[in-house]
Amino acid sequence: MGAVNVEVTPLPGIGVRKDFALRGGRRVGVVTHRDGKIELIVSHEDDPDACLAEIGLSADEAAALANLLGAPQLVAQLREEHAELPGIHTRQIPVGPPFDGRTLGDTALRTRTGVSVVAVMRAGQVHPSPGPDFTLTAGDLMVTVGTTEGLDDAVAILKKG
Amino acid sequence: MEESALHLLELGAVFFVLGLLGRLAGRIGLSPIPLYLVGGLAFGNGGIVPLGGIEEFTTLAGEVGVVLLLLLLGLEYSAAELVTGLKRSWTAGLLDIVLNAAPGVAVALVLGWGPVGALVLGGVTYISSSGIIAKVLGDLGRLGNRETPVVLSILVFEDLVMAVYLPILTAVLIGVSLVGGLTAVGVSVAVLAVVLLVALRYGRYVSALVDSPDREVFLLKVLGLALLVAGFAQAMQVSAAVGAFLLGIAISGSTAENATKLLEPLRDLFAAVFFVVFGLNTDPSTIPAMLGWAVVLAVSTTVTKIATGWWAARRQGIGPLGRARAGAALVARGEFSIVIAGLAVSYAAVDDRLAALATTYVLLMAVIGPVAARVVEPVARRVLSPARRPAVAPTAGT
Repeated sequence: MGAVNVEVTPLPGIGVRKDFALRGGRRVGVVTHRDGKIELIVSHEDDPDACLAEIGLSADEAAALANLLGAPQLVAQLREEHAELPGIHTRQIPVGPPFDGRTLGDTALRTRTGVSVVAVMRAGQVHPSPGPDFTLTAGDLMVTVGTTEGLDDAVAILKKG
Repeated sequence: MEESALHLLELGAVFFVLGLLGRLAGRIGLSPIPLYLVGGLAFGNGGIVPLGGIEEFTTLAGEVGVVLLLLLLGLEYSAAELVTGLKRSWTAGLLDIVLNAAPGVAVALVLGWGPVGALVLGGVTYISSSGIIAKVLGDLGRLGNRETPVVLSILVFEDLVMAVYLPILTAVLIGVSLVGGLTAVGVSVAVLAVVLLVALRYGRYVSALVDSPDREVFLLKVLGLALLVAGFAQAMQVSAAVGAFLLGIAISGSTAENATKLLEPLRDLFAAVFFVVFGLNTDPSTIPAMLGWAVVLAVSTTVTKIATGWWAARRQGIGPLGRARAGAALVARGEFSIVIAGLAVSYAAVDDRLAALATTYVLLMAVIGPVAARVVEPVARRVLSPARRPAVAPTAGT
């Protein structure tokens, strides 16, 4: 994890801008409006003060984007840790609508497939080592460890119930 | 009975026409304020369709409009934002006052309107329209730009200046002595300081006083308290508008957000009436004589606002393009210029032509402002980097 300096700038009357400079010099970040609206901002290439785009995101869309950006890091890290153990794989599996509002225990993944759930990613937040009473939401990403067959089964279960 | 039918018809016609004008403004991407003013001119004395009998209602409704305009302005900012804004931008804020009030003061003196007229017109040309500017910045997708906080903090500073300026203006318009005027200033600065302190420390209690889960109760409590505070402030000769502004600052957090959502449509309605009333009280026949001066003011204060924004942005290390954008964004004048001119007109303490000049000036600036904000980027690109011109593709839509 390299140090990223997120700059927080209040925008009086509007909300807050949170952004940071990439290694290449461009800025990326979000403008959070006071009413909760979120905009993704990307700075212009030849004018670092200006924005190339301001893209409005709903809360769900922002959460989905955050999962997409955050989950691969976690998976990559786990993969590295399990590299010496042949046959053990790490995968991120989306939680389907059948388990929306139900607990992790309800999926009975461990008994049915032998797969372990290492963490649940939700809205860019990592919930590590979730217990059986952890309540799932459709759209969560489960970071799982297991055998290839076990993982394939888990994908099917989480999708269809 | 007959009379009330006529009044309803008149009022209905006014609102309906304003609605049509507002829609037209939206279509061509303009602020509706100039069109409301034109509507007022058309309805008023010497206009196309003179209205009679509803002045009492429209005048009061216009006053409520000013209270709501300032209340929502106060709600927009938290006390903490105001204090940091003040700390961060006071040098740019002072430059803003000097550069942008000067043209108004000079023209008023040349026209022989005396120190009172100069104080009024200086205020009219100084104050930017935070409503128009915030909308334009959002529309043009510039909220994430690095110069935008600079623009916003100048607006915050201007609004705080209003809280001190309006009581002074009220005192001067009533015609109090120098000592009385200084007392008004002292009182308003002290009240402002106390309100900021109370809002920072105990804002949640003020919020709790008006907050309610029931929309209806909440609306009545907020509106009632705002009018009570405004009336009390007016009775103390500190200006009703400032009372409402300070109440808005004191209300904070989620209460402020909910109040804003609830009051916005009401503000739009009453503020529209206020602009119409101002237009009504302006004699259209005096406008041609003032047109030349209005253009002089429009040109000079466009330049001075751009200079202000440029300077302020440069101090924050913004590049030349961003400086130009910050300057052009600040150009728009609107609702608060009319509030100031309206205050002066209501006390009948200034030359009649001032209303015509202020109307024409705001008509010009409310149109020039958003246009300037839009065209500044291509123009600045061309002016600032002629050598790089072929390499820079014109960005679509900006």
